[in-house]
Amino acid sequence: MLRPRPRRCNFPTPIPSAVPADVPVSVTASAPRTILICSGKGGVGKTTLTANLGIALASQGVRTAVLDADFGLRNLDLLLGLENRIVFTAQEVLAGSCRLEQAMVKHKQEPNLALLPAGNPRMLEWLKPEDMQKIVELIKPHFDVVLIDAPAGIEDGFKNAAAAASEAIVVTTPEVSAVRDADRVIGLLNVRNIEPIQLVLNRVRPKMMVNQEMLGVSDVTDILALPLLGLVLEDEQVIVSTNRGEPLTLNGGKSPAAVAYRNIARRLQGETIPLPDPTQLNRGLRAKVRQLLQTKIF
Amino acid sequence: MTLRDLIDRLLGRQQASGPTAKHRLQLVLAHDRSDLNPELLQRMRKEILEVVSKYVELDLEGGDVSLETEERTTALVANLPIRRVKDTALQTLASGES
Repeated sequence: MLRPRPRRCNFPTPIPSAVPADVPVSVTASAPRTILICSGKGGVGKTTLTANLGIALASQGVRTAVLDADFGLRNLDLLLGLENRIVFTAQEVLAGSCRLEQAMVKHKQEPNLALLPAGNPRMLEWLKPEDMQKIVELIKPHFDVVLIDAPAGIEDGFKNAAAAASEAIVVTTPEVSAVRDADRVIGLLNVRNIEPIQLVLNRVRPKMMVNQEMLGVSDVTDILALPLLGLVLEDEQVIVSTNRGEPLTLNGGKSPAAVAYRNIARRLQGETIPLPDPTQLNRGLRAKVRQLLQTKIF
Repeated sequence: MTLRDLIDRLLGRQQASGPTAKHRLQLVLAHDRSDLNPELLQRMRKEILEVVSKYVELDLEGGDVSLETEERTTALVANLPIRRVKDTALQTLASGES
């Protein structure tokens, strides 16, 4: 059997700075954090996480910028309900044809949050990793946290997005394809010395997990060897909120996913909030029978 | 084996798919992480067995050379049950010493 080796990815330090752990620090007191949100596989919930986490952080008093690094197929504007207010993109800022303040779109209800799209699909020149670094350097002085929504895949778009990040959140679902792709992405992040890398397990279906018809939480965290930052249950309200362009975390939403996203925002700031065990959520007779069925007999 | 696995087996039902998913993932990730394709692994396995067989008699039935992965590191694990040490190997050693 293999001997366990020291983990490469250690548990998150809330703020990567030289401040001793016992000194209470607010996010505003230190250098801004640039956090990449990535997954490898598409459709697992990167953009939904970015939008909800952005709103949640902003409502908790953190000045937050969300940068849509997917300029080919950008959608973050749509999820935040800001699609009609985009006039400029980072490309125009870099070209000097507009000021940064003109390109950053402030959220109406959550003024602590601003969106910057990297570019648009009709761009003549594709952005390069250096461009992304320049953009983020320009944004950084005005914010506490910059969330970079990476495109799916591990090609140029991902490399651009990763170029400007100092830490990362990997989003995955308990499915073999999503976990496999997440593993590839983690490998690439390790090579780039991006840390901490933390995991968000999305679209968990507790019933299927109890019935062992889905990878368990510990199966995924063991395989990927990452600390779990959050666990979001499958929630139909996510689709409803996307339809409206109002993230679940807006206006103190109470749906299970909204609570999960808000907890992720708090953990990201260093608060300790216990993670729920999805297999223990329903404590009725059925749950007891299910548990009995999982007893090891030999 | 859990109680459920036993019931499934008695009723001739398919076992839960979660553990299957985990097993398949672990195997595919061991290959992904090491960049070793199955053909190369097969050749390496054959050569390792050839070398070891020069010195000891192996129980080929119970043996296995495979990739395992844990904590994001991949290891080549050889489990080769030895029947006995070959006389020829001992003889070479003795002649070398004298």
